Amino acid sequence: MIDLSINFAGIKSPNPFWLASAPPTNSGYQVMKAFDAGWGGAVWKTLGVPVINVSSRYGSIDYRNTKMMGFNNIELITDRPLADNLREIEEVKKYFPDHAVIASLMVESRAEWEQIIKDVENAGADGIELNFGCPHGMCERGMGSAVGQEPEVLKTIVEWVKEAANIPVITKLSPNISHIIDPGLAAVQGGTDAISLINTIKSIVGIDLDSYAPYPIVDGKGSNGGYCGPAVKPIALHMLKDLAQHTEISKVPISGIGGIETWRDVVEFILLGATSVQVCTAVMHYGFGIVREIEAGLRQFMEEKGYNTIYDFAGKALPNVMEWKYLNLKHKVIAEINKDKCIGCDLCYIACDDGAHQAISLPKDVDNRIPSIIEENCVGCNLCSLVCPVENCITMVKIDDGTEHITWNERTLNDDVPTTFDDDRAGGKGHFVPKPTDALKK
Amino acid sequence: MAQYKRPTSEAEFKKNFKQKKPLMNDTEAHYESSRCLFCYDAPCVQACPTHIDIPLFIKQIQTNNITGASKTIFDSNWLGNACGIVCPTGVLCVGACVYNHQDVPPIQIGRLQNYATNKVIDSGKEIFKVGETKNNKIAIVGAGPAGIACACELRTLGYEVDIFEAKDKPTGLTVHGIAPYKITNEEVLKEVEYLQNQLGFNIKYHSPITSKEQLQQLEKEYDAIFLGVGLGNTASLELEGEDKDGVIGAVEFIEELRMKQHLLKVPRKVVVIGGGNTAMDAASEAARMGARKTVLAYRNSKEKMGAYGFEYDFAISAGVDSLFNVTPIAIVGNGKVEGVKFAKTETVDGKLQINMKNVFIVKCDMVIKATGQSKKGSLFSLIDDLRIDNLTRIVVNKESFQTSNKKYFAGGDAINGGAEVVNAVYDGKMAAQGIHSWLIK
Repeated sequence: MIDLSINFAGIKSPNPFWLASAPPTNSGYQVMKAFDAGWGGAVWKTLGVPVINVSSRYGSIDYRNTKMMGFNNIELITDRPLADNLREIEEVKKYFPDHAVIASLMVESRAEWEQIIKDVENAGADGIELNFGCPHGMCERGMGSAVGQEPEVLKTIVEWVKEAANIPVITKLSPNISHIIDPGLAAVQGGTDAISLINTIKSIVGIDLDSYAPYPIVDGKGSNGGYCGPAVKPIALHMLKDLAQHTEISKVPISGIGGIETWRDVVEFILLGATSVQVCTAVMHYGFGIVREIEAGLRQFMEEKGYNTIYDFAGKALPNVMEWKYLNLKHKVIAEINKDKCIGCDLCYIACDDGAHQAISLPKDVDNRIPSIIEENCVGCNLCSLVCPVENCITMVKIDDGTEHITWNERTLNDDVPTTFDDDRAGGKGHFVPKPTDALKK
Repeated sequence: MAQYKRPTSEAEFKKNFKQKKPLMNDTEAHYESSRCLFCYDAPCVQACPTHIDIPLFIKQIQTNNITGASKTIFDSNWLGNACGIVCPTGVLCVGACVYNHQDVPPIQIGRLQNYATNKVIDSGKEIFKVGETKNNKIAIVGAGPAGIACACELRTLGYEVDIFEAKDKPTGLTVHGIAPYKITNEEVLKEVEYLQNQLGFNIKYHSPITSKEQLQQLEKEYDAIFLGVGLGNTASLELEGEDKDGVIGAVEFIEELRMKQHLLKVPRKVVVIGGGNTAMDAASEAARMGARKTVLAYRNSKEKMGAYGFEYDFAISAGVDSLFNVTPIAIVGNGKVEGVKFAKTETVDGKLQINMKNVFIVKCDMVIKATGQSKKGSLFSLIDDLRIDNLTRIVVNKESFQTSNKKYFAGGDAINGGAEVVNAVYDGKMAAQGIHSWLIK
């Protein structure tokens, strides 16, 4: 029997699907609608000293026929009165006592933190999320990512908050930093109950070619925004992995955020250690109904794999993510083209010839467009299989017998490092490299 | 049962002749262009008689560089807009699209092409440059696709060009001979106007070249002459009663239809004789003009028809009936057509034979002969040393398009006996380059 419910640092939720603190959680109306649609929790749009927002606020990157592959915004925290937000939090909790309502907070002084924590606790919030991530506008005022980028400051504020709070505290981290362990560790040392990441990435999504202003344009000018949407998932997954593999940081649960739109995204975040996930852009694109696909897919996955709760597989991929130097140098795959499926677009040929290792050839007969792999040149890089537009046409086939295993690390320790490419140990034996002038003969 | 009501207004005519390949809107073009795989050495380019860099112009549409896309198209094909619409893309570029091998709908290349060129034509944006002025003058006989393409290319090379056209409109069969559901007159004419505005070649209308004296005059005044004269009127079937009222050639019928549109009266019962694409068009057109019964009659089996399968299907979908293995032996009627007397045919030992024991009459008020156009042999015979083949086609050098009379070059239907617009456009362009190479020698 599958049970999707979670207990995230003491915050209970019927499922791990939460709305991230963002425009979709700007009001009680939206949060109630989301809970009704199937979301298990919501992190309320950041409360603080009310601000004024600008028009317009969002920009996006479309990729070919895909809208909003990447999305950025310059919207600040809530511009609605605190009292209204608090009243609506209370109302939502009345209707949905078992759902998770987490208040995202961002203020400056210790006194302000203490006051606002008291306010949201009184309103019935189940937890607090500290917004140390917002990379636009608020950071100019010393808040948001300005805190996330200063581990010492972050730690101090977490300590203030922990001293004042009676409900669980989640620290939300900014990805706008080169080493995510630093703020992550600071948050844990400051006593945080959990971590969430990533917040948006500092970005410029594009420039208008007539007004020469960045999107979104505010009266002919623009500012950097915060980047999110499907494009940022790989960055989020990597940072999540860094934290989840850290002995000390991984003692607290992590809520994964960044480009989540489908069940598969959710599973991947969980496999790298997240035990709740937060979604924003997908909802801004498709509405709250997107959760139907996420939940159905997650259940299907769990059923097929025989998992009852998400804790059965949380972090399961972590042992498989390691440093390059521990990878097996004896593992060898090469590409195989299914000639019956091939449609002759020859993208694999040109990708390999121009962008990889000249390991694919075309037949001499011009009417036959089915390419072949030159096995001695194929390094198993995957590029051809990645560009191939036909499902399962190019597959990577393992050709080593699995008996040998040696890593770069072992090689270095044994002082057994090849210095030339044409060396059995380097794997370059028989690999044909065309002469530079051959390029001009075709 | 015909499905179409006789059109009595321009609007009704347009409705009956709804465009087969309507213009794409921005959204459709965006999504369609996004599907193109940008194949290496793309088969669609190889399948295009003018070798347009199709993946490039589609990528340019995708990146919203519509002007650039149009340049790419016109660079290879001077009637890029018309060809995007009237080309039988299913057997050319679209037929070669690799998606066909995956049972995925192929890219609608023709419509994307038309989308780009139509935009730039409507914008009036100048994208062509006349070449540095040369001292040579070139005469072109016939303002059909070959002649127009030749003129455009010659202008970009800097030559002065005069086109002599017998009729009052340019583009030959593109405006006079193509079914109205394939392309509208406006669409055809605006492209030529766009080209002419930028490239400035002269077209002398109502100027048929038919005599030895005229040709000698051209030879005297011009440094080279391009013959883009196409084919002549519908050839005679040598049938008893062929001179009766209501017997018309398909080319003449389509021309009248294109020019008169809803004002043309098509009677109740029409018989179309022939099995080529023109026969399919004529039959489909008669049905769309409100004929109650249109019968397509072909002397051999359905499989032997020269028409593309999709053209036949299109005629059938317009309510056309068909008769196979029948050959006309006489046209009957009292001054006016009242019917066609057919005999059944059969294939014996691989040869088609007429069975005169099996003869019957199909009643009708009109007979359209879609049995091929005549050649312009009488014109060709006026030109000294002009070699023609046994099918009365001008013989040219395959690269330079120069004829056996060095001053003359030729292209289009006059050299191939009747092919697509796109083939004529290619010939015209190549001939212009042939003329240039010859003159600078």
